[in-house]
Amino acid sequence: MPSVIANNLAKQYGKKKDIVQALKGVSFEVEKGELFGIIGPDGAGKTSLFRILTTLLIPDGGSASVDGFDVVKDFKAIRQRVGYMPGRFSLYQDLTIEENLEFFATIFNTTIEANYDLIKDIYSQIEPFKDRRAGKLSGGMKQKLALSCALIHKPSVLFLDEPTTGVDAVSRKEFWEMLRSLKQQGITILVSTPYMDEASLCDRVALIQGGEILSVNTPGGVIASFQHPLLAVKGDNMLRLLTDLKNFEGTIDAYPFGEYHHVVLKDGYSEASVTNYLQQHNYHQPHVQTIRADIEDCFIALMKTEVDSPFTIHQ
Amino acid sequence: MNTNNNTAIEAHELTKRFGHFTAVDAISFEVKKGEIFGFLGANGAGKTTAMRMLCGLSIPTSGKATVAGFDVYKQTEHIKKSIGYMSQKFSLYEDLTVKENIRFYAGIYGKSDAFIKQKTAFLLKELHLEEEANKLVKSLPLGWKQKLAFSVAIFHEPEIVFLDEPTGGVDPVTRREFWNMIYQAAESGITVFVTTHYMDEAEYCNRVSIMVDGRIDALDTPAQLKKTFEAKSMDEVFLKLARKAKRSGD
Repeated sequence: MPSVIANNLAKQYGKKKDIVQALKGVSFEVEKGELFGIIGPDGAGKTSLFRILTTLLIPDGGSASVDGFDVVKDFKAIRQRVGYMPGRFSLYQDLTIEENLEFFATIFNTTIEANYDLIKDIYSQIEPFKDRRAGKLSGGMKQKLALSCALIHKPSVLFLDEPTTGVDAVSRKEFWEMLRSLKQQGITILVSTPYMDEASLCDRVALIQGGEILSVNTPGGVIASFQHPLLAVKGDNMLRLLTDLKNFEGTIDAYPFGEYHHVVLKDGYSEASVTNYLQQHNYHQPHVQTIRADIEDCFIALMKTEVDSPFTIHQ
Repeated sequence: MNTNNNTAIEAHELTKRFGHFTAVDAISFEVKKGEIFGFLGANGAGKTTAMRMLCGLSIPTSGKATVAGFDVYKQTEHIKKSIGYMSQKFSLYEDLTVKENIRFYAGIYGKSDAFIKQKTAFLLKELHLEEEANKLVKSLPLGWKQKLAFSVAIFHEPEIVFLDEPTGGVDPVTRREFWNMIYQAAESGITVFVTTHYMDEAEYCNRVSIMVDGRIDALDTPAQLKKTFEAKSMDEVFLKLARKAKRSGD
C-alpha cells in the first residue's frame, strides 16, 4: 500500500470575485520509504497540498490518505504518525533548544532518549548549544532544531515544506545530505522546493505549477521525456544572440541559461543547422553544442505546453 | 575620495561593527555606471548590512563610500533620492491597486502629476497590465508582482537600483523575463546591484563579488572567476569560497 495517496485534490480560497484556485485536481502516490519531491514556484499550491496531507486544512474536493488513514475522517491517527516542518520557523522562540525538543517529545508521549538514535546525526550538531533560546539561533541551527522536533516521535511520514528556501548553496547541500541519511532509516519523506536543481536528489518528483501537476516521474524519467534536440549556445553579444536564435526558423524556444542560451529545436534541425545560421549572421565561431535537458529545461517546456510543446506527456 | 563620472558606487574599507561583531569587514570595490553587479554571499556573510549602508539606511563604523556621488555618512537623503530598491520580502502594498501603488511610489519621489500620468500609461502597456490597473496587487500572481515591483523601483529613473533576492521562489519562465527587464534597465543606463541565491543568475551579471565572513573574497567577471578558481560553474566557485566560512548563517 502506498504511504501517501492524493486523489483529485482541490482547494480554493476567497469568495465570489476573488476566488483563487490553489489546487485544481492533484493526484499522485508516494511509496513507502520514498524521497518524493514536490517541485514548483511560489503560488503553485505546495503549501496547501502539505497542509491538507497533514490534516491542517480540509480539501474542497477529492480525497487523500496517509499510511492508509483518511485525511478528513482519521485526522487524529494521522497526526500521531506524521512529522511536519512548515516553511516558516514555528518553534517556541523563548524556549531553549532542549526545552523545545522535550516539549514535542512529551506531546507525543515519548522522550528524547527513546528516539535519540533517529535524530542523533542532526541533533548532535546543535546539542552543544542546547541551553540557548530558539529565537537566538542562526538560520541553519533553527532548521536543524525544527527537523529534530519533527522527528522526535519517530514519524512514518515526514513532510518538509520548502526547507531550503532562502538558504545559501552550501547549507542547501548539507540539508539534502541529512535527508538522504534519514531515508536510509526507512522514513517516507515528502519535500517541497522551488529550486529545480534539487529535483535530481529525489527518488521521484511531482512538478507542480498553478495548482496542477505537470508531471510525476523519476528525475531521469522527466528528462527522458524531453524529446526535441536541445542546444547550448554562446557567442559574442549574448543579448543580440538570443534575439537571433529566437528568429531561427527551426527554433521552438530559446532562453538564457547561465552562461549559455538554451535552444529547443524542431525535429529535423540540428547543431549544424544552427551553426550555419549563426555564421550567416556574422557570428565568429559561435559555441554550439547539443546537450541533455535538465529538470529546469523540462519545467520550462511543460509550462509552455499549451503553446507549442516539445514534450510528450506520459501518464 | 576620487569619484570619477563613470563610477556609480565606490567603497573603500567600508566597515560595520555591532558591539564586538564585525558584520562588514573593510570591503572595497567599485561599480561602474550601467553595470549589472552581482553581490553574492552565504547567509550571514554581511550582504544585507553592506547593502543597508549603501542605501543610506545605516551609518558605517569606518571606511568610506559614495553612492551616485553622495557620501554614505553625510548625504544619505541625497542617496535615497538617487536610488531605487526592491526586495523579495517587501515591495508593493497588497491592499492598493496596481495604479495606486505606482502613484504612491512616484509621489514619494516627488514626481510631477504629468510625468506620473504619462509614464503610468506607458508602463501598464509594457507590462500588459492595462486590464489589471484597478485590481488589488494581492490578486496578481507572484511573477507579475515581482515584475511590477521592479518597474515601480525604477519608475523615478534612479541612477542605481538595488535588488535584494528579487527572484526568490519565482517560476523559471518568469525569472528569465525578469532578467530581461534588468538587461533593459542596464541598457538605459541604470546601474543594477543585485543579490541572488540562484547561481545561474550570477552568470547574467557583468561582474560578481562574493562575500565570506564580512569580507569580499572574490570579485571579477563570471568567466574570470571560473578560471581563477578552476571551476566549471559559478555554483562551484561559490561552494569553494563559501565552504571556508567560519560564521554560521543568519
